[in-house]
Formats: sequence, structure tokens, C-alpha cells
Amino acid sequence: MLDDFFTRALIAGIGVALVAGPLGCFIVWRRMAYFGDTLSHAALLGVALSLLLQVNTMLAVFAVSVGLSLLLLVLRRNDTLPADALLGLLSHSALAIGLVCLAFLTFVRIDLIGLLFGDILAVSKSDLAIIYAGGTFVLAVLAFVWRPLFAGTVSPELAAAEGMHPERANLIFMMLMAVVIAIAMKIVGVLLITALLIIPAAAARRLAPGPEAMAALAAGIGGAAVVGGLFGSLKFDTPSGPSIVVAALGLFIVSLLPLPFLSRSEDTRVR
Amino acid sequence: MSMKTDTAPLVSLTQAGVQKGRDWLVRGVDLTVEPGEIVTLIGPNGSGKSTSAKMALGILKPTEGTARQRTGLRVGYVPQKLMIDWTLPLSVERFMSLTVKVNRDEAFAALGETGVTHLAKSEVRNLSGGEMQRVLLARAIARKPDLLVLDEPVQGVDYSGEIAIYNLIQELRNRLKCGVLMISHDLHVVMAATDQVVCLNGHVCCRGTPTDVSQDPGFQALYGARAGGAIAFYQHHHDHVHLPDGRVRHADGTVSDHCHPDHDHGDHGTQSAGGGSSADEKRAANAG
Repeated sequence: MLDDFFTRALIAGIGVALVAGPLGCFIVWRRMAYFGDTLSHAALLGVALSLLLQVNTMLAVFAVSVGLSLLLLVLRRNDTLPADALLGLLSHSALAIGLVCLAFLTFVRIDLIGLLFGDILAVSKSDLAIIYAGGTFVLAVLAFVWRPLFAGTVSPELAAAEGMHPERANLIFMMLMAVVIAIAMKIVGVLLITALLIIPAAAARRLAPGPEAMAALAAGIGGAAVVGGLFGSLKFDTPSGPSIVVAALGLFIVSLLPLPFLSRSEDTRVR
Repeated sequence: MSMKTDTAPLVSLTQAGVQKGRDWLVRGVDLTVEPGEIVTLIGPNGSGKSTSAKMALGILKPTEGTARQRTGLRVGYVPQKLMIDWTLPLSVERFMSLTVKVNRDEAFAALGETGVTHLAKSEVRNLSGGEMQRVLLARAIARKPDLLVLDEPVQGVDYSGEIAIYNLIQELRNRLKCGVLMISHDLHVVMAATDQVVCLNGHVCCRGTPTDVSQDPGFQALYGARAGGAIAFYQHHHDHVHLPDGRVRHADGTVSDHCHPDHDHGDHGTQSAGGGSSADEKRAANAG
């Protein structure tokens, strides 16, 4: 079954979506969409470094993402620039350095389009193993830090006052983001990773009665977008990564429709 | 928990201060809260009330001096404001278990105590200011805290609600034997059950006990007989006043440039504190 490239693509995409959904909820709640963009743009720098240093691509992307997260924390603490300007600076600098590095690598032929938009149909069995091992790890850690991370999302001050260490949870969350970006890059490409994180979460927003339900729904909607996008790309011969994002967007628009069975989180004050 | 930690105060600040950039937010704060004790911090805006409370909570590290918490201290915190992002689906019921898992019965019991059981299924972001305060208080007490920290807990609550919340805090103190650290922006009216009032203005201005005047006819006309001893006046005893231009006028009429806690002189009030400062000054002058 895994010998079929389309089946592998489906399984890989669903695996990534299951992890991206819950993580994406935190990105939406914490207003970190631009942070996700920054990390994914830096992924290109990771690819360039992996080629230069002859190391595993996912490992290099992960390392660059972690490095960038830490750099961001340090710079933010020192009040160097406002947070959004800082993110913009890091994001585009990393992207530019990555592209410049790639240009120096004349001895290897690089599929730049594949890097930017993903190459889900070229997923190998070992990629699948990495996606599922990494994904399981991310979800396990997320479940472990869920309460402090969520409390810190609602109010960092309240969480700190009641001994929850929101800073630590925040740092762990950034590491998890780095892992997800490293494993999701091959599926939708560096330019569209944030979409896979945010759009399913945004679509789950109006349907979910609570935060945990929203995370689960986002995972499900992400999975559905992968299935819909891949079949769509097969039928209409469109690029697979962008097709998945378009499918996710479609589900988001459906979630906005005022359908009676969909409206859940309007105020339910009257019991 | 060892014998030693059991007898320590719940929290204690010793000559604690926080510096931000070149400015001191607050300096030289001495503060302890014992189990069963109610301490109220008062002072004008920017006087360092919240900063002092945050040092006591361990959110802010003191730049100078020390802040100690009893080991294993369980804190229930009621922040001044809580903005819930509208993207966050969060019901009051789920909010009750924010920092620690609280079972359904305990959550409803706590909501019942603050009179908001009917809001259990509501979205937190849709609550009004007064409802929010009650929900925040319910969440804090559902934790069965050793120390309850309240940052202006009656903000946005109407008068009768204010009395009810004060009575509840007093009742909780008696039942749970917890310490209470409360911040109030009102310089003159505090909760009557307060054991110790600490008046801040960049440093500790004065401290003492509130005088219960709830039997006073004028007071009853203002707050109604229902106030029934829930709130009281705090008499300030300052011997110098902060002038609007930053200088300090002392009780003997002299004016100087500085007033630092590390200089050896007495307490003071603030000119801009609204209403009572000239009276304070006179009283202080008479005392001196």
C-alpha cells in the first residue's frame, strides 16, 4: 500500500495536519502568525546550510528554527525593536540569506519551487517514519505542557502568580513549532506552512465549544483539507501543496456560513 | 512541610524595590502576610501597589531587597483585568480549571459563593466587568489557596456587590484561614476586616489599622446600613506632602527636593492623592 506515491502523500499530509491543527490553535490564540512565518522563511536558510554542511535537511531546518526562536527571545528581552518589526527583520533576513547561500551552491541542482511550495508527492517511506515519530513526540509534549501553556495564553501574569512557569511553557512551545516546521516543509513548502497551521485552527474557531475541542477540530479539518486538496490536485492537475491550502480555505469559508448545525460558540448565556 | 516553613509568613518583602531603566517603580517595601491576615495596599496611581504585589507573588524579581514565599505556597490570584482574546473559546466552567484541575462540584460551589452559578456556561469574553470580577474571585477560591491576592477586586462592581464581596473575602479568610493581600485604589475607604493597611507612594508612606466608622450616621447615609461593618475609613498619618512639582513639603513647613526611603525621615502623603492630603498634612503638623 505504501508503495503508491499518492497513498504515501495522503498519509504524510494527514500526519502533519494532525499535529499542525492543535499547534495552530495556540498560534491563533497567542497572535503568533507572524512568528510562524518567520520560522518557516528561516527554513530555507536551514536547507541551504544542510547542503553546505552535508547534514540532514530536517535536522538543519530544526536547528535554524530553534536558533532563530532563541535569538528572538533575547532580542525581545533587550527591547531592541518592537516585536513585529523584529519579526519582519529576522524573517526576511533569514529568507534572503538562505536564497543567497543557495545561489552559491552551484554544484547542486536545487528544486527551489519544491522548497517553496512543497513536494508532497515525493514523500518516501523514511519521511513517513520521521513525520509520524516527530508528530507523536510533538503531540505528547503538547499534551504534557497543555495546562501551563494554555493558562499562560489566557494570562501570563495569572499563570505566573499561580506557579505555572509560563515562560518555560512558551519556550517549549517554540521548540515544538520548530519541529513541526521541519517536518511540514516537505509537505506544503516553506511559504505555505503557516497556512497549514492557521487556517484549520481558524476554521475550527466558530465550531468549537472549548479550547481542547478546538484543537481536536483543527486537526480534523486539517486532515480533511489534505485529503480534499490531494484529490483535487490529482483531478485538476494542480500543484499539491497549494491545493491543500486552497481546500483548507474552502473549509474555513464553510465554517463562516450561518448554518444552524455549525454555530456553536455564539453566546450560550441563556441555558 | 517542615516545622520551619510552617511558621514563616506566607510571603514577606524586606526592603524590596524594583528598578525599571533608571526609575524606581517602588523602593524599600517591607511587607508580610501571615495566615488568616488581611493586608490592604493603598496608594495613588503609579505608587507601586501592583509592583509590590507582583514581587510578593514572585512575578517580578526585586532589584534590591528580598522577596520570600513560603515553600509550597498555593496562591489564588485575582488580576485587575483579564482580556480574553476573542479567538479563544473559553467557557466560565473551563476557566475555573485554568491553572489546576477543579472538579465540577467544587467549581459550582465556588461560583455559588460569588453568586454567578448561572454564568457557568457563558463565554468568558462576554462577561460584564462586575460578572468578570466575581468569576475571577470564584476561580481563585476554587483553588483553596493559602494566600489570596486581589488586585482591586471590587472594580466595576456596584456598591451592594462591593459589600457582598468584602463580606465573602472576610468569611473565606475565617473559613480557609488563608492570608489575603488586597490592592485598593481608594485611599480612604478600605475593607473593615483589614488587619493592616500599607499606604504606598513609591515607598511605604504609612501603615496602620483602619478605623471602623460603619456606625457613623454619615457613613450609613453614604453606603447604607447594609454596609454593616464591611468597609471602614483609613486615617493617614503623614508628616510630609509630595508637591505636584516633585518637591517635598515637610511638616515643619520646609520644602526639599527629595524624598527617598533610604533618607532617614518619616512618612508622607501626596498632594495629588485627592481630597485628604491637606488634612493629612495638618494632622501630621499637629502631631509634630
